[in-house]
Amino acid sequence: MPYPLEMQPSLGLVSRSRKDRLGRSFPKMDFAEKAKLLEAYHPDFRSLEKEAIRVGPNRGMRAPKELARVLESYSRLDAGAVDLAKPDYTTDVLVIGSGGGGVTAALTAKGRGAEVLMATKLRLGDSNTIMAEGGIGAATTPDDSPVIHYIDTLVGGRYQNIPDLVEALVTGAPFVVGWLTDLGVNFDRRPDGSYLTHMPAGHSRKRSHSIKDITGLEIMRVICDEVRNEEILVLEFSPAVELVLDTQGRCAGAVLYNLDTGQHCLVQAKATILATGGMGRLHPQGFPTSNHYGATADGLVMAYRAGAKLIYIEFIQYHPTGIAWPEQMLGLLISEALRAQGAQVVNSAGDMFVDRLETRDALSAAIIRECGERKLGVVTPTGMVGVWLDTPLIDIIGGKGTFMRRFAGIQSRFKKYDIDPANEPILVYPTQHYQNGGITINVHGETNVPNLYAVGEVAGGVHGHNRLGSNSLLDIFVFGQRAGAHAAEKIKGIHGEQLTLDHVRAYQKELEAAEIPASRISPMLLPDYRFEKALTTVEHAK
Amino acid sequence: MHDIIKMIPVYVMGRKYEVPQGLTILKALEFAGYKITRGCGCRGGVCGACVTVFRRKDDFHLQIGLACQTLVQPDIFLTQLPYIPAHKAVYSINRVLPEGLNLLKLYPVLTRCMGCNTCTKSCPMNLQVMNYIGAALRNDLAQVVELSMECVMCGMCAARCPAELAPFNIALLVRRIYGRHVLRRPGTLDQRLKEIQDGVFSKDLLELKASGKHELEEKFKSLQATKGSAV
Repeated sequence: MPYPLEMQPSLGLVSRSRKDRLGRSFPKMDFAEKAKLLEAYHPDFRSLEKEAIRVGPNRGMRAPKELARVLESYSRLDAGAVDLAKPDYTTDVLVIGSGGGGVTAALTAKGRGAEVLMATKLRLGDSNTIMAEGGIGAATTPDDSPVIHYIDTLVGGRYQNIPDLVEALVTGAPFVVGWLTDLGVNFDRRPDGSYLTHMPAGHSRKRSHSIKDITGLEIMRVICDEVRNEEILVLEFSPAVELVLDTQGRCAGAVLYNLDTGQHCLVQAKATILATGGMGRLHPQGFPTSNHYGATADGLVMAYRAGAKLIYIEFIQYHPTGIAWPEQMLGLLISEALRAQGAQVVNSAGDMFVDRLETRDALSAAIIRECGERKLGVVTPTGMVGVWLDTPLIDIIGGKGTFMRRFAGIQSRFKKYDIDPANEPILVYPTQHYQNGGITINVHGETNVPNLYAVGEVAGGVHGHNRLGSNSLLDIFVFGQRAGAHAAEKIKGIHGEQLTLDHVRAYQKELEAAEIPASRISPMLLPDYRFEKALTTVEHAK
Repeated sequence: MHDIIKMIPVYVMGRKYEVPQGLTILKALEFAGYKITRGCGCRGGVCGACVTVFRRKDDFHLQIGLACQTLVQPDIFLTQLPYIPAHKAVYSINRVLPEGLNLLKLYPVLTRCMGCNTCTKSCPMNLQVMNYIGAALRNDLAQVVELSMECVMCGMCAARCPAELAPFNIALLVRRIYGRHVLRRPGTLDQRLKEIQDGVFSKDLLELKASGKHELEEKFKSLQATKGSAV
């Protein structure tokens, strides 16, 4: 299914204007222009699609409707039916979730002598991490420094990042790259053996460390292999459905749900590390998502019931270059690295309308404006709309074969649909990509609930209101290590107390008082795409 | 979907359903009413969870593909695989050195490869699996890395190998040896780690943490002016 007839005229305009665009760039917005654009067009500023949360520690805080719905829901668990005196497992550290953050926390805690148990919804390693194409940001080159990395991160985050968390992020970054290299990750290299780095949008130096366009896959293969070498116990297909507290209000484990047998099991732990990822599969604001099947905000829901505070939860990252055609790949991500390599963003007339290296929020807003108000988007036969990412420029600039060498994965995915991105542009539209906010943490990943840690996308504050590319892979390893190390120390002073699910009962009372219908149950665990929901909805594009 | 959708017949575990043309196997199963738990992961073609077998009516070939990436055809027989057991050696990567490497110590099963090429024919990523197993037997680590880099660890090569190898786990070991001991960490990295440990950046960071929006904005502008090309 190559590009259909109705899209051909625009393709012609793009290819005709290409020569003229080569070597030129669209003027970058200044700070005032950018702020105005965001306010007018970025979904974060669409207040009608947000709701104030009616219950819990952040009552009154605005959240996307879809998230508010799962926060304002009843437990899947009959609290009275769990025998809290008889845990099925006891361990020092329970890690919930097995993406990059969870695995790193588990390996670190185990390396420091703690007994670790991992519980994960699907298989070990199933996560958004594995899908990360672009790279991991770290100031490892001589012309870069953690100081520059700090500035870029704060500007990208609209100055709302928690400074101490960013300091931990940027100074931990080079160590993380070293740690992964020592585990046997094959980072791209220059002929002299140094790291081959590139500069994603919003960064001021080349600091993204990649492995072709499969950075996350390579890293997850390696660190999951290490989990097996370390013989850490992993309970797969066992999502947590509720956290368990002790009588002193400290987190002391979780109740898991066996997806195969339908049985619950109780894990008692001295420390619990939540690394459950984000909310993409709730499809906030009706957008398609680049996220993994399991990204249903479970960690936010459980932690919130246990009293953990959330921060910046209304700020969602829409990655500007989600696939808009073919339909089968709608919402999947096209790495920012393509823009770093020279691909421009152009409208249906073949004209540039924004600098290709604007930050994700600004570029998304510009594309939404181009397709909406300006009506210069390309309409597909399914009613989706998008603009062109002019990928043929990559070979023109870098030499024939560059695209294939750097982006073999993307090439092969499009080839199935008779589209060759080395020679034809790709149609893109913003896709839900990342939850910028999350559970409030300190530099050790500790939440306000004692002995409960949060790591990675489920946590908030590191990225302010908008995360820079290459900082999420970084975040999970830095804070995975920090939480794992801190938990391994902290457990030494903890002795098991009596367990309780009273917080779940108390939350239920709040829900009842707010007259929330009893039919609402969460966490969602997996989205329901059965029957007509298997077909894509494109409401947001109208 | 503004046009009339063309429906085609598919068979899910033998039972007939009508689904719209142009769906992937995964979406066709969901359209038929199946909620997938095992056999679905990233939905983007990189995690390997949804590898499956399928067959067209009147065709003897058993085909293999990722359910999230493969389009359904009329009269296709579908199922999802819950799990593929495969053998993996346990090792400490620091102690497996490329010098004098004998992969047979960790994977003696390598000698059982009879060169039948079933693994290559089974790979949903179209990797040259048999060739990388050959390269592993020759200790040609760089070749294994190159030929296996796109592996999504779905395990289908292990399920199909008549000699009962788990090629994907053998390749993973080789790639780790290569990354750890051949590529290694560059000296410039150690220099940077030392600077951080020595507190070279501490004072600047302390100042920045107290800086307001305007100062950060100005600093960012001057950095952007000197940033050079993106690659």
